[in-house]
Amino acid sequence: MQRVSGLLSWTLSRVLWLSGLSESGAARQPRIMEEKALEVYDLIRTIRDPEKPSTLEELEVVSESCVEVQEINEEEYLVIIRFTPTVPHCSLATLIGLCLRVKLQRCLPFKHKLEIYISEGTHSTEEDINKQINDKERVAAAMENPNLREIVEQCVLEPD
Amino acid sequence: MKDSLVLLGRVPAHPDSRCWFLAWNPAGTLLASCGGDRRIRIWGTEGDSWICKSVISEGHQRTVRKVAWSPCGNYLASASFDATTCIWKKNQDDFECVTTLEGHENEVKSVAWAPSGNLLATCSRDKSVWVWEVDEEDEYECVSVLNSHTQDVKHVVWHPSQELLASASYDDTVKLYREEEDDWVCCATLEGHESTVWSLAFDPSGQRLASCSDDRTVRIWRQYPPGNEQGVACSGSDPNWKCVCTLSGFHSRTIYDIAWCQLTGALATACGDDAIRVFEEDPNSDPQQPTFSLTAHLHQAHSQDVNCVAWNPKEPGLLASCSDDGEVAFWKYQRPEGL
Repeated sequence: MQRVSGLLSWTLSRVLWLSGLSESGAARQPRIMEEKALEVYDLIRTIRDPEKPSTLEELEVVSESCVEVQEINEEEYLVIIRFTPTVPHCSLATLIGLCLRVKLQRCLPFKHKLEIYISEGTHSTEEDINKQINDKERVAAAMENPNLREIVEQCVLEPD
Repeated sequence: MKDSLVLLGRVPAHPDSRCWFLAWNPAGTLLASCGGDRRIRIWGTEGDSWICKSVISEGHQRTVRKVAWSPCGNYLASASFDATTCIWKKNQDDFECVTTLEGHENEVKSVAWAPSGNLLATCSRDKSVWVWEVDEEDEYECVSVLNSHTQDVKHVVWHPSQELLASASYDDTVKLYREEEDDWVCCATLEGHESTVWSLAFDPSGQRLASCSDDRTVRIWRQYPPGNEQGVACSGSDPNWKCVCTLSGFHSRTIYDIAWCQLTGALATACGDDAIRVFEEDPNSDPQQPTFSLTAHLHQAHSQDVNCVAWNPKEPGLLASCSDDGEVAFWKYQRPEGL
């Protein structure tokens, strides 16, 4: 029954689209962006906080609305994440930024460029942190530090 | 414009990793590549294709970030995130480590040989630039530690003919250094970029310096010695440097590298938007306010960020590039007609 109604609604939307009565290609864009944003969010919400035994979602460090996706071209998207650290402690915020980057680099299936920022006004040194977490050379070097790497790996480990 | 840069070939130089940097040997016959796999590979031609002639897999415990050939072509220096710089001596296809330079507190980001072959410079996330002297017995000695930058130093490059050193930093500035009475001093600071300066390149005459940045612009700086005709003020005996041109609106993401062809004067850039661009100076442009035109723009030159572009020192128009996708690509650039 579901398959038939699915086929029916697909056919209906195709007919509407072909007859020019449905949304144009441009208006379809926001839905694709929303889908992509959800894909991103699904990957980051389960990341564990480095200090507390909770996920970033549970601690409200990330939320659905903190992910923005823009189209760069047909095959590539710009993903922008603005997260809210729980404490103003600099190194923890940088660590969360690192976890976000690593998780998405490894698991996000579509071609993307990533920008991660601390949401405005939530940290005294946010410009400094933003600069560090968006510097790929600094990120790469940090991930070669065994202690830091271990912490990040624990945070991004997929829940069973 | 896309025909001005033609692909000659690609090689999977650092598979499952990223390729960070490339360096042609002075003869233009070999290309050294280095990457996140901690290896250095040496590439040479065999007929029409590029093949790997040597691999240096021991020597560094972490990413090799940059490599540089000595002016004589017999030595290769490698800068690594493991905080050391290795000097390798070439013996046909073999490379032997002759010494390891230690001292930086953390990741070494760049290494460069002075044109005389007697000096080497390194820089690091520890904010310092080190100058090393090498004698006839291959002995290296640190002769200066320069702490002028306030943040991570990303790149160092020597002037093509003078013993003048330039450095680029996360502190958004470019600094110049020269020797003064047995010690090295910072003789100029170039401000203007609004974010990290990633790389630098001198023009063939050494009168101008190009810098590229995370602020998505390229800046061209010109040297004005004391007593210059244009009346640019200098303090003391040091030349003043002014920004004479800014190329903005061409790059959509961080520009990681810039290369100024010493044969043709063409300027190539490596960008985080996966593209390679080439600029050429307009023929009748005013030296005090030069203008540059985009003569090549290759989208999707690689499938990920382009980290480095390097012009072959002997063959005009031959350009090599490398990327986060681990590949090295070779290109033929031809200046478009009618420009």
